[in-house]
Amino acid sequence: MSDKILKKSEIGLLLDRLRSEYRTYAPARQGTSVDWKPLDRAEDLCWTFGNTDMSPKKFFFPQTERLMHFNNDPEAPEGRAMQPESERDFRQALIGIRPCDAKAFRILDRVFGKAESARDPYWQEKREKALLIGLACKDPHPSCFCTSMQCGPHHREGLDVLMTDLDDQVLLTGLTDKGEALIAEFADAPADLLEQAEEQKQEAEKPIGAVANLDNIGAKDLLELYEAGIWDRINEPCLTCGTCTFYCPVCHCFDIQDETQGTYGHRIRNWDTCMSRLFTLHTSGHNPRGTKKDRVRQRFMHKFKYMPMKLEGSAGCVGCGRCVQRCPVNLDVREVIDQMGRAVCPEPV
Amino acid sequence: MKALIEQIRDRAAELLSSGRVDCVIGYKQGTVPMQEQPFFAHTPEDARQLTWSVFCTQNLANFLINRPGKNAVLAKGCVSRSIVGLIKENQIDRDDVYILGIHSPGMVGASKVQERFPGKVLHQVTLEGGELVVQGLDFTEKVPFDEVRRDNCITCTHRNATLYDEFIGEKGEETGGGDIDKVAAPWDALNPDERWESFNQTFQDCIRCYACRNACPLCYCDTCFVDEHNPQWCGKGQQQTDIQTFHLLRAFHCAGRCVDCGACESACPMGIRMRLLTSRLELNVREKYQYSPGLDMESVPPLSYYRQDDPEINSD
Repeated sequence: MSDKILKKSEIGLLLDRLRSEYRTYAPARQGTSVDWKPLDRAEDLCWTFGNTDMSPKKFFFPQTERLMHFNNDPEAPEGRAMQPESERDFRQALIGIRPCDAKAFRILDRVFGKAESARDPYWQEKREKALLIGLACKDPHPSCFCTSMQCGPHHREGLDVLMTDLDDQVLLTGLTDKGEALIAEFADAPADLLEQAEEQKQEAEKPIGAVANLDNIGAKDLLELYEAGIWDRINEPCLTCGTCTFYCPVCHCFDIQDETQGTYGHRIRNWDTCMSRLFTLHTSGHNPRGTKKDRVRQRFMHKFKYMPMKLEGSAGCVGCGRCVQRCPVNLDVREVIDQMGRAVCPEPV
Repeated sequence: MKALIEQIRDRAAELLSSGRVDCVIGYKQGTVPMQEQPFFAHTPEDARQLTWSVFCTQNLANFLINRPGKNAVLAKGCVSRSIVGLIKENQIDRDDVYILGIHSPGMVGASKVQERFPGKVLHQVTLEGGELVVQGLDFTEKVPFDEVRRDNCITCTHRNATLYDEFIGEKGEETGGGDIDKVAAPWDALNPDERWESFNQTFQDCIRCYACRNACPLCYCDTCFVDEHNPQWCGKGQQQTDIQTFHLLRAFHCAGRCVDCGACESACPMGIRMRLLTSRLELNVREKYQYSPGLDMESVPPLSYYRQDDPEINSD
């Protein structure tokens, strides 16, 4: 691990190195929106955004992705055999990614690659070729709760380099071989700036609201928590749309289908949401999660109970707060986590 | 406001403790600025959490569909109009709903407030007198409430509940002050190419979350047309054609039924203005059939009923 220092006015030196090898993207503000856009000029690099509206998961898991295609012509010599997509250049650099979003990728790396027999090559190929330069948070948003989700404003998991904004200078911390190689040429950071960065981290952590300890949920028996009475009320205002799912950096469910038009055919995968009634609808007509209560319970049990059980304690949430900001009925995940932690299990008869 | 809130809580508690209803559907204070939560009070204790403010943007009629038991609902003008429509479409039984009518002061369009503070995080927004007091980390500003009301609230023509079992508070001014005919169907003034361009621009950010559809009390089909697969009318991906098909067809399904409650635009996380479509249809129905939905229990919705003297609809 290395700590380097660079003047903000000279950030172009870093960007030039990046752009020579990667297609580079950074958060850019347009009116009240903040979105990931190609970064052309050093002056365009934004230091004062909170977080991007949508998470950067689309770079590795696009909302609509063509997996393969085929000739939909019954007379075609090769038949309707699936053809792989042609080689594409997936070297992507994201500069300015927040620590919560980078940690989300590490959770998804396990989802998409934990089982050797179920590796997702579409995810992995893009991830292997990517470089992530994070920007530590100075001013957390009121809806952030990363510190309760094994994360924090200066968290390093999943990043190649972490930038800390020290006003007219930037502290660059190399965290991987790729990251260290990128910043090797810059001057070493003096100790006093390292202290300044540490102070900034502690100041940033202070205002972040704590939600119930995940261990409380971990300690409860799964089936008892599943049958707890809290879900009858929690589910009521939910619209079962896909807003929370699509904004979440950790949500990863998808639906694959084939589409044809004339003699062209392709297999695509689209983001899907467990909030939809169709999500678990069987061909037989049976639906194990046919009621809204089933589906709302599923979302929170998956993220805060099942995933920690399957991923050695890792929850399916990084506390980025996007769902809190965007939910059309203000169904606040922080309140749900709190209720799950305090649920009386087993439910008294 | 405080007096109204107390009245809502008292009446809700009485309705619940007397067993008149099983649940009172209203609003509870939200955890983020400019948004309250739809709230379901099941006991008189729950009823103490009910609130009323200029941040009550969701259409509560939505929650009455397929809801068992007897339910009371806090209904401002648009919500009661939706309930009328749903009763006529046999989605709600009149006997199972107890309507607490109320006058709407107009609701805040959160994006309108945020636009005045680009790049700033809003921590708290409250109404004081005729102004919104907007607080951030290091600033406090005041914004005239009238200017940041939602578009549909500004042009509203029925702010008092049209159907109710009792009325909370006093009836107020029916209109929101704006002129719907001046702002409806803005694309009519554009030529076809401009219209297409404008349409594409409007819907380019759509992420198919269906918050608009699910927030809308009119969208209650067991299987929405976008989810049909045999045949599949509409792709599920992000191809422009599919996004546009969804919005165009959904708007047409609301023709003659939409009361312009604005729940769709308030729900949309991307700030898409899909009322640009429904306003055109609302205007057409009003002009051709002299009909506005939800104002009374007797009139028959024109698009659900064939009459030999139905007006010709040309592509004008």
